[in-house]
Order: sequence, then C-alpha cells, then structure tokens
Amino acid sequence: MNWFMRWFHRFGSPVWFYRIAGKWLPWLSGLFLLLFIPGLYWGLFVAPTDYQQGESFRIMYVHVPAAWMSMFIYVAMAVCAAIALIWRMKLADVVLICSAPVGASFTFLALITGSLWGKPMWGTYWVWDARLTSELILLFLYLGIMALYNAFEEKRTASRAVAILTLVGVVNIPIIHYSVVWWNTLHQGASVSKMDAPSIHVDMLIPLILLGLAFQVFYVLVLFLRVRAELLDRELNTGWVRQLALEHDDD
Amino acid sequence: MTPARKRRLTMVVLLVAGVGLAAALMAKAFQENMNLYYEPHQVTAGEAPVDHDFRLGGMVVDGSVRREEGSLTVQFDLTDYTDTVTVNYTGILPDLFREGQGIITRGRLNQSGSFIADEVLAKHDENYMPPEVAESLKKAGKLPDGEAQ
Repeated sequence: MNWFMRWFHRFGSPVWFYRIAGKWLPWLSGLFLLLFIPGLYWGLFVAPTDYQQGESFRIMYVHVPAAWMSMFIYVAMAVCAAIALIWRMKLADVVLICSAPVGASFTFLALITGSLWGKPMWGTYWVWDARLTSELILLFLYLGIMALYNAFEEKRTASRAVAILTLVGVVNIPIIHYSVVWWNTLHQGASVSKMDAPSIHVDMLIPLILLGLAFQVFYVLVLFLRVRAELLDRELNTGWVRQLALEHDDD
Repeated sequence: MTPARKRRLTMVVLLVAGVGLAAALMAKAFQENMNLYYEPHQVTAGEAPVDHDFRLGGMVVDGSVRREEGSLTVQFDLTDYTDTVTVNYTGILPDLFREGQGIITRGRLNQSGSFIADEVLAKHDENYMPPEVAESLKKAGKLPDGEAQ
C-alpha cells in the first residue's frame, strides 16, 4: 500500500506529470500511427464485405470505437471527479475538464456515423429509441460539463461543481450500455462484448480491435497535450513554470 | 484515510447511489414508453393502442411478402413466433428488408385487424460475416435468423 500512496502523491504533482507526459508524447504518437494506419487499411480494404450490408458495414470501424470511447472517457472523468472530491487532487480536476471536449467529439462522431449508416440500413437517420436517446443525452452531459466549467470565474469552484455534475451523469453510462438489453430498440445488440463468442467474423474483428486501441491511444495523446497546456496556464505564477520559461529562454 | 476524506467518500457514494436509484425508479415508471415497439402478441392481446399510431416490430414471415403489380404496395406478415399480424405498406423499403429479417413499422390497425404502415425500418442484427461464411452456415442450417433470442 505504501508504494501505491507514494505513486499516488507523485502523480498528483503537476511538475512531475508535466515532465513525464512530455516524455511520453513521441512514444504515444508512434504507437497511435502503428495501430491506426494498419487498422484503417485492414478495415477499409482488406476486411471482407458483409453478407447483408455489403460495403456499408465499414462505417462501423469509426462508429464502434468512437462509441466505446464516448463511454470510456466519461467513466475516466467520473473516476477523476471522485478523486478530486475526496482527495482534493488538483491534477484530477485538470484531467476531468481536459477530457470533456475529447469525449464530446467522440460522442458526436458516434452519433453522426451511426446516423449516416442508419439511413441506408434501417431506412431512417434517427429514431428515438433507448440507445440513440441515451447516447444523445451523453453528448448533452459533455456539453453541460464544459458550459458549467466556463460559467464560473473561480476555477476551484468551477472544478467542484463540474465534479459533482460528472458524478450525477455517470448513471447514464450503464443505461447506454444495457439499453439494447433492457428495452426493445432499433439499434442492434452488442457484437463484441458478449459473454459467448463474438458474433462478428474474425477478419472483421481484428481491424476493429486495432482501431479501438488506436482511438484509446489517441485519447491519451490528446489528453496529455491538453493537460500540459492547462497546467502551464494554471500554475503560471509558480516556481517550476518560471524555471521552465527560463530554460527555454536559454535556447 | 483521514476522517474528512472518509466523510467525503461517503458523500460521493451516496450521491451516485441516490442518482442511480432515482434513474431506476424513473425507468420503471416509464417502462412501457422506453420500448420502441409493440410485438405481435401484444397486438393480439389488445395491449397496443387502437385509436392512434404505434410501432410494431417482428420478423417478416418467410414466403409472406406479396407485391401488388404496378405499384409500391406490399403486404407481408410479421411474427414474434407467438402471434402474427399482417402489414400493408406503400413506399420504398430499406435495403435490409427481406423475408426472415427483423423490422419495425409505424402505423395503425384498421377495422379488420391488419396493420397499415406509414414507415418501415429494418432492424439489423448483431451478426457480421462475409458472404461465403453466411452461405456455408446456411447450408449447415445454422444461419442466425435476425434478432430472435
């Protein structure tokens, strides 16, 4: 437990995080390209066409990872909210608010791609079923979190309000996931995360997994960039930022 | 953990649990409205509304699709493997519409108990596979039919 608490405290230190995140950036960029390019090529050109949907099914290679990320990022934000409220860790606040626009973008992407796929396949761009509606509510939650944060002049107050709103909204996540099980919907059930074998052919599944991982790495990459910028902005008057500025003056 | 942190942890847990309970109660209260469509057995049991539009979902019965010559009018049977309702529709059907496919239609019942649809949507299932695999599964008689569970 001791090593964990030490790591936990060090992780909460802005200086340490700024430096470590900076070192990770090139590695994350490389890893992202390594997953994204083969995944996209495999998904769009190599994977076989679907027996019913033909080529249209390929939109899932953007839609499904984007939808996964829309929920994953929200859960990550909720964890940050709990840490920020209980332990008053400043870094958790920063990670929370820096994640919100990324999560909102993925949610928007999932909704748009789903809608474009829905027109030829279902016969409609939109239907108010439980899955589509709860995903739209998720987009509003992200936008609400961003709006609430900007409504406060003082960042400490803003962070606390945002953390509470994030925790309130987390109830939507299981609703999105189980909506296709609990109620009858137009949206189909899960293909990959079923307990038995996935009901998707392996040649179609591999690029999906690659792109899922690529989107995950992309989130961490963008998050690190945003958090570093936000940390500099917040800690403008502290010693370590001044020192950093001096180091760069020497260059 | 310090007492202050313990107190805040309790608050966080209570907040999430409270909101979860509220959402569960709301979902329970709106249970019927949360479902997108009625199933054929609900229609025969008289649970579906008679005087206004509703959605009906089910599987298109094999061999039941009859097209009218020279028009877009089509008639087919929808089943949930318990009961069957006949649907009449005039218009363009979605790409995925076929016999044995799960679909959702919007419209209302007429006097004779058949369903007059204004809109037909195809419900895609969660199975993705290349045509060759589908073909060999079909030969083995193991092709998963739609969303039937």
